[in-house]
Amino acid sequence: MKRKKYFVFFGLSCLCAVTFLGGCSTILLFNPKGPIGESERFVIIAAIALMLIVIIPVFIMAFWFPLTYRASNTKSTYMPKWSSSAKIDFLMWGVPIAIVTVLAILAWTRTHSLDPYKPIPSVHKPINVEVVCLDWKWLFIYPDQNIATVNQITFPVNVPVSFKITSDTVMASFFIPQLGSQIYAMAGMQTRLHLLAYKPGTYAGQNQQFTGRGFADMHFQANAVSSEEFQSWVEKVRQSPKKLDLERYDKLAKPSVGYHPVTYFSSVKPDLFEYILRKFNPTMGKNPGPMSGGSVSTHAGTDVSEEN
Amino acid sequence: MFGKLSLSAIPYNNPITITAVGGAVLLGLVILGLITYYRKWTYLYKEWLTSLDHKKIGIMYIILALVMLLRGFADAILMRSQQAVAAGGSLGFLPPDHFDQIFSAHGSIMIIFMAMPFMVGLMNIVVPQQIGARDVAFPFMNSLSLWLTTAAALLVMVSLGVGEFSKAGWSGYAPLTEQQYSPGVGVDYWIWAFQIAGIASTMTGINFLVTILKMRAPGMKPMRLPLFVWTTFFTMLLVVWAFPVLTVDLALLTLDRYLGMHFFTNTLGGNMMMYVNLFWTWGHPEVYIVILPAFGIFSEIVATFSGKRLFGYTSMVYATSVITILSFSVWLHHFFTMGSSPNVNIFFGIATMLIAVPTGVKIFNWLFTMYRGRIRFATPMYWTLAFIVTFAVGGSAGVMMSIPPADYVLHNSLFLIAHFHNVLIPGSLFGFFAGFYYWFPKAIGFRLNEDWGKRAFWCWLIGFYLAFIPLYVLGFMGMPRRMAHYDNPAWHPYLLVAAFGAAVILLGIVFQGIQLVVSIKERHALRDPTGDLWDGRTLEWMTSSPPAVYNFPKIPIVDEVDAFMDMKGKNVAYRRPDQYNDIVMPKNSAHGLIIGALAFVFGFAMIWYVWWLAILAALGMLFTVIARSMDEDIHYIIPAAEVERIENERYRQLGSIAKRRPTDEQTILEPVPEM
Repeated sequence: MKRKKYFVFFGLSCLCAVTFLGGCSTILLFNPKGPIGESERFVIIAAIALMLIVIIPVFIMAFWFPLTYRASNTKSTYMPKWSSSAKIDFLMWGVPIAIVTVLAILAWTRTHSLDPYKPIPSVHKPINVEVVCLDWKWLFIYPDQNIATVNQITFPVNVPVSFKITSDTVMASFFIPQLGSQIYAMAGMQTRLHLLAYKPGTYAGQNQQFTGRGFADMHFQANAVSSEEFQSWVEKVRQSPKKLDLERYDKLAKPSVGYHPVTYFSSVKPDLFEYILRKFNPTMGKNPGPMSGGSVSTHAGTDVSEEN
Repeated sequence: MFGKLSLSAIPYNNPITITAVGGAVLLGLVILGLITYYRKWTYLYKEWLTSLDHKKIGIMYIILALVMLLRGFADAILMRSQQAVAAGGSLGFLPPDHFDQIFSAHGSIMIIFMAMPFMVGLMNIVVPQQIGARDVAFPFMNSLSLWLTTAAALLVMVSLGVGEFSKAGWSGYAPLTEQQYSPGVGVDYWIWAFQIAGIASTMTGINFLVTILKMRAPGMKPMRLPLFVWTTFFTMLLVVWAFPVLTVDLALLTLDRYLGMHFFTNTLGGNMMMYVNLFWTWGHPEVYIVILPAFGIFSEIVATFSGKRLFGYTSMVYATSVITILSFSVWLHHFFTMGSSPNVNIFFGIATMLIAVPTGVKIFNWLFTMYRGRIRFATPMYWTLAFIVTFAVGGSAGVMMSIPPADYVLHNSLFLIAHFHNVLIPGSLFGFFAGFYYWFPKAIGFRLNEDWGKRAFWCWLIGFYLAFIPLYVLGFMGMPRRMAHYDNPAWHPYLLVAAFGAAVILLGIVFQGIQLVVSIKERHALRDPTGDLWDGRTLEWMTSSPPAVYNFPKIPIVDEVDAFMDMKGKNVAYRRPDQYNDIVMPKNSAHGLIIGALAFVFGFAMIWYVWWLAILAALGMLFTVIARSMDEDIHYIIPAAEVERIENERYRQLGSIAKRRPTDEQTILEPVPEM
C-alpha cells in the first residue's frame, strides 16, 4: 500500500517533468526571441542540470534508506551508535562545494556579460526608447523620432533597443519575457536596459512589480518588425492628431482604470523624460549626471548618490 | 473624538467580507458563551491567561498559530479561486481592492502570525525541558511576548471588519505604502501589527538566548545540546540581530506617513531603495528564523524514529552557524533587478549559493541518520521524509534564482512564489507539524490519532505538489505574481490545477481538525502514561506527560549527547532520588495580559488617529510596566512534600506499566540513591 502511494507520487512528478520539458510555445522563457533571453535560458538550464547532481541522489536515498531500514525489516544492519564517517563527511561537504564553485563561475561570467546596462554590440545604431511607468500604463517616448506611444512599442529586428526607464509613480518593473531581463522603474531615478529581437513578432510586455489597483492591466505589446515596417509605423504614429505636451502629459499621468488603449502621439515636448526625472527633486541635475550622458557603467544606485 | 473612525469603516456592502466577519464574530460569541456556560472564566484566567508556565504559554502560542493558519489559508483559497476564474475578460469575484488586501494579509499572517507563533510555541514547550530547566530565563517577559503577539494578531483580524488591511503586499514596498499612494488605514494596520509583533519577537529572542546560555543543566556543555536547542539558539541570535532593523524600517515609514517626513518618498530626497534594503536586511534572516528551528525539529525526529544517534552532529552545528552568519549577507538577492552593478549583484548571488552548501550538508546528514537505523513510521516521520524530498527541489529552485541573470527573468514571477512556498511549506510548516505531532503527547498527555494524521499528511503533500508545481511552470510562462485578473488563456489550466491543489490541502486541514476531535474523544486509549512515548533521546522525554509544573523534581546531570538515551542505557533514567527539595516557581501575573490588551488599544487608536486614546493606552502600558517592576512577590514555593506526592504518583503509574513490561521493572521500581 505504502509503495503504491510512492509510485503514484513518482508518476505524478514524471508527468510534471514531461509537461515542463515538452516546452510548448506558451512557455515563454524557453522560447526566447533574442540573444539576452537565449543566454538566460542557457543559465537556467545549466543550473537545473547542476542541481540534478544533488537532487537525484537525495531522491534515491530518501526512498531507498527508509525502505531498507524500516523497523519491520530486521535483516538490515542496525548500528544505533554509528554517527560519523570522514568519507561521507568529505563527500557531503565536497560535492556541494564543487557544484557551487562551477555555478559561481558560470554566474560570475554571465552576470557581467548579461548586465542589463551593457549595450548590445551590433553594426546597427540602437533605437532609443524612454520608458515611463504611470498609473497604470506604460508611456514610451522615442526621442530620436520625436514620437510617443502608450502601451505599445515597435522596433526593428536585429537592431539593439536601448531603454532608459523611470517611473512617475511607485516602483515598477519593466519586462518583456521573451526578450530577456527586466529592470525596475523608480521615480526620480533612471535605470537602463538593452534588448534585441532576432525574430519578427508581437511579444507580451508587462509590469512585473505590483504597483497597486490597476497593476493587472499594465501590459503592453512589443512588436519586432522589419526596418521598412518600422519606418511606416513611425509614419503612422506621426499621423496622430494628438501631441504630447505638458498639459496632456499631466492628464495622462493621472491614474486610469482598466487597460489603457494603445495611443499614439505625433510629437513630444522636448526633454519630457528629463522633466519627469527631475520633477521629484528640483536640485537634481546640477551636476552633469549619467541620465543625460547615458554612461554605461553607472547604475541606479549611483545615479542617486551622484545627484544628491 | 474618534479620529478617522466612523460607521462607514464597516464594510457592510461587501458580501464576502461581511460573511467572514459575521462568521468570526459568531464563532467568538459561541466560544465566549460556552466558557460562561461552563463557568470556566476563573479557570481560564488563573490557569492560562495569567500563567507564566512556559508549557502553557507554548500551548497558547500554538493555538494562536493554528487559528491564524486557518485565516491565512482562507486567504489562500480565495486567491487561488480568484485566479482560477479571472481569466480572459472575466474579472473574477474579487475586485482588485479586495484581492490586494487578501494577498497582503496572507503573506503577513503566514509569516508573522502563523510561522512565528508556531515556532515560538514549540520552543516554549520543548527548549526548557531539553536543557533540563524548570522555566525560561524571564518567565514574565515570555508572557508579555505572547500577549503582544496576540494583540498584533487581533489587529489584523479586526482590520477585516473595521476599515481595511494593507493593499501593498506583505513586504509593503515604499513609495506604494506612503500616504500619497495608500491614503487609507490599511497600511497603518499592517505597520502597527508588524511593529507590535516585532517587539514581542525581539523579547522572545532575548529570553531564549539567555535561557540557553544560562539555564542548562549541569554537564550540558554546548556540544551536548540537542539539535533543536542549537537551532533555537541560532534562530534567536538572528531574531535579536534582525528584528531591530524591521522596527527601525517601519518606524521611519511611520514618520513618513504620520508626520509627513521623507525617508522613503519619491520627493524631497526620499529614497525607496533604502526601504527595500532595510526590509530585506530583516526579511532574509527572517526566512532562516522560521526555517532553522524546523531543521532542529527534523533532526530530533529523524534520530528518534531511526533509533539512532544523529549523523554528523558536529557538522550539523557548524552548518547551522554558517547559515546564520551567511543569512545576513544575501539580502540584495531580493532585488537584483534594481539596477545594481554586476559586481554588487554577483557578490550577493555567490553568497546566496554558498548557503546551499551547509543546507545540502544537513539534508545528507538526515539521510545518513536513517542509514543503518531501525525506522519507525509514525506521523512525525512522514512529515520529515516529505520535507527532505520536497525541500531539495525548493532549495534548488532557490539556487537557480541566486544567479542574477536567471533572476532577471524569474524575479517576481510565479516561479518565485513556487520557490518560496516550496521552501517555507516543507521547510517550516511541515517541520512545525512534525514537531506538533511529536511533542503533542508531551504537552497534553495523549497522542493524536495516527490514521487521521496520515490521511491529513497525504492530502497536504499531494495538495502541495498540485498547488505549486503549476506555479513553477507559470513562472516560466512569464506570469507575474499578484495578478487580480489576466488575459493570457495559456495560464488558465495551470491555475485551475493549482486551485484544485489548494482544495486538496483544505481537505488535509479538515482531516487535521477531525484528527483533533477523534483524538480528544479517544484520549484515554491514546494516553501516554510513561512520558517517553517514542523512545526519545533527549531530556524532555524524562518528564511525565504532561510534565509537572516544575518539569524536573531534581535537575538532571548530563554526561552525553542524547542525554536521556544515555541514562536509559546506564539504567539510571528513572532513578528515584532519596529526598526532594522545595522548588521555587514564578507566580502568575496579569501584567502581561494587561499590557497586551493596552497594546491592542494603542495600535487601534494610532491606526484611526484617536490621539487621546493612544496617549492613554501608552501611559497605561508604562504604568503597568512600573507596577510590575515594583512587584516583589513574584515567586511561590512548592514544598518538598508536595513534590514527593506528585513524584510518588508518577512512580506508581510507571510501576504499573513496568509490571506489564518485566524487563524495565528493575530500573523503574528500585529506588536508587542519587549519583
